[in-house]
Amino acid sequence: MFNVQDIRKQFPILHQEVNGKPLVYLDSAATSQKPKQVIDAVERYYKEINSNVHRGVHTLGTHATDAYEGAREKVREFIHASSTEEVIFTRGTTTALNMVASSYGRANLQEGDEVVITPMEHHSNIIPWQQVVKATGATLKYIPLQKDGTISLEDVENTVTENTKIVSVMHVSNVLGTINPIKEIAAIAHRNGAVMVVDGAQSTPHMKIDVDDLDCDFFAFSAHKMCGPTGIGVLYGKKHHLENMEPFEFGGEMIDFVGLYDSTWKDLPWKFEGGTPIIAGAVGLGAAIDFLNEVGMDNIKAHEQHLANYAVKQMSEIEGVEIYGPEERAGVVTFNSADVHPHDLATVLDTEGIAVRAGHHCAQPLMKWLEVSATARASFYLYNTEEDVDTFVAGLQKAKEFFGHVF
Amino acid sequence: MSFNNLDQLYRQVIMDHYKNPRNKGELEEGDLKINMNNPTCGDAIQLQLKVDEGKISEAKFIGEGCSISLASASMMTESVKGLEVDEALRMSKIFSDMMQGKDYDDEEFDLGDIEALQGVSKFPARIKCATLSWKAMEKGFKEQNNEA
Repeated sequence: MFNVQDIRKQFPILHQEVNGKPLVYLDSAATSQKPKQVIDAVERYYKEINSNVHRGVHTLGTHATDAYEGAREKVREFIHASSTEEVIFTRGTTTALNMVASSYGRANLQEGDEVVITPMEHHSNIIPWQQVVKATGATLKYIPLQKDGTISLEDVENTVTENTKIVSVMHVSNVLGTINPIKEIAAIAHRNGAVMVVDGAQSTPHMKIDVDDLDCDFFAFSAHKMCGPTGIGVLYGKKHHLENMEPFEFGGEMIDFVGLYDSTWKDLPWKFEGGTPIIAGAVGLGAAIDFLNEVGMDNIKAHEQHLANYAVKQMSEIEGVEIYGPEERAGVVTFNSADVHPHDLATVLDTEGIAVRAGHHCAQPLMKWLEVSATARASFYLYNTEEDVDTFVAGLQKAKEFFGHVF
Repeated sequence: MSFNNLDQLYRQVIMDHYKNPRNKGELEEGDLKINMNNPTCGDAIQLQLKVDEGKISEAKFIGEGCSISLASASMMTESVKGLEVDEALRMSKIFSDMMQGKDYDDEEFDLGDIEALQGVSKFPARIKCATLSWKAMEKGFKEQNNEA
């Protein structure tokens, strides 16, 4: 049974006042809040088993290694990967995508080759590709967007060619809330001999992920958007790709044998985890996965979509409010209100205790496509309520009234 | 509904500059053209300055941004016109002090409308909006200095 009030009880941060008003946190697409069991798991790790992994003969070292590798198994199961060899802990989605671009991209791209992305991507799924095509002489191409901010498979077919080596697309848009047809895009990529890379930062926290079913070659996501700690994320990669890729960072933990002039690497996944890994982060991510599994990913998705639709319905009744993105959306509502710049709107809402994001959302090319310089965004997660939406809508009306009154 | 907190930030004179920006537009021939972005939020302004014998004779701006950044640009262009370059830079320092909530020198210049922006210092997330045009001016003079 999904009971939002029970869920809220598990998030200590939500029970506070901001600017004298109860906090209404509508910025989970930027980062989610953390339930007590995640905070406790990280604390317990430091209090009881903190030690370095994969080296100590001592007991704590074994406990820490078990906890770290145990978290990897939880991730494997959560995203339905076939082996923990395919689950690499990274600093986050950005690092994961950079790893694919730097390691796979540089080794597999040359002049005449193409990398295909979309204009709705987050900067972290644009800039690594810009850099790698500059370094290799390959070309960067964009799948155009439909008017409602979706991707048509016909456009994918027309953009992806036999020269395309990499297709990289976000699963869910952090701005439009668009849920992209990854499985179908991957099929087109594969038919043309390209690999499929997926930025899953905005989908993994909110819906069931099955990398096997999506048939993607790489899939990246961050823990902090899914109730886990900051500073850790995951790169999933199909084993045969990862085996052929060079490590991204060199140093401790990732070596097999080190000589004076040459070295060899550990097996997967450790060859990609140079340096002391993010042990506490992995433990926290494991706890977050347990928590999300207890609530149920399908319940979470349904709850958020309900809140987004509930918000859109009320917002569309306010004169001058423009909402971006398709009708069928994830729990993200991006909008503008006539005469009120999004920063001003966010400040007004903040005085009411309501946290929303204002700006370009790390998607400047998408802002250009929308023909706006900035937008405001309310994003929902499992702990938000209809009352949160009501408070937010009242805040919107207040902002309109305030700026209408000064104009 | 009370707007008390907001009224401190959005003083009437600020909203007047936002609604009726002074010196908005482009100079036919300016000496300095500076583009400045606030990469965290997407605000972008272009400032143009004309300097005759060390004195700022013209200042205009165009841009996209919130009420605070555009009102501040409007006020800034109004205030620096007629000032020597080093005076304008001193004024920029005074403005920066004001934004950081420090004690600032209100003797050397008549700050006029600019003082209405004092309330921004209580909204840390908005300070960069207010300082954008001033930073643009500083950048312009710095680049000019480097070239000379």
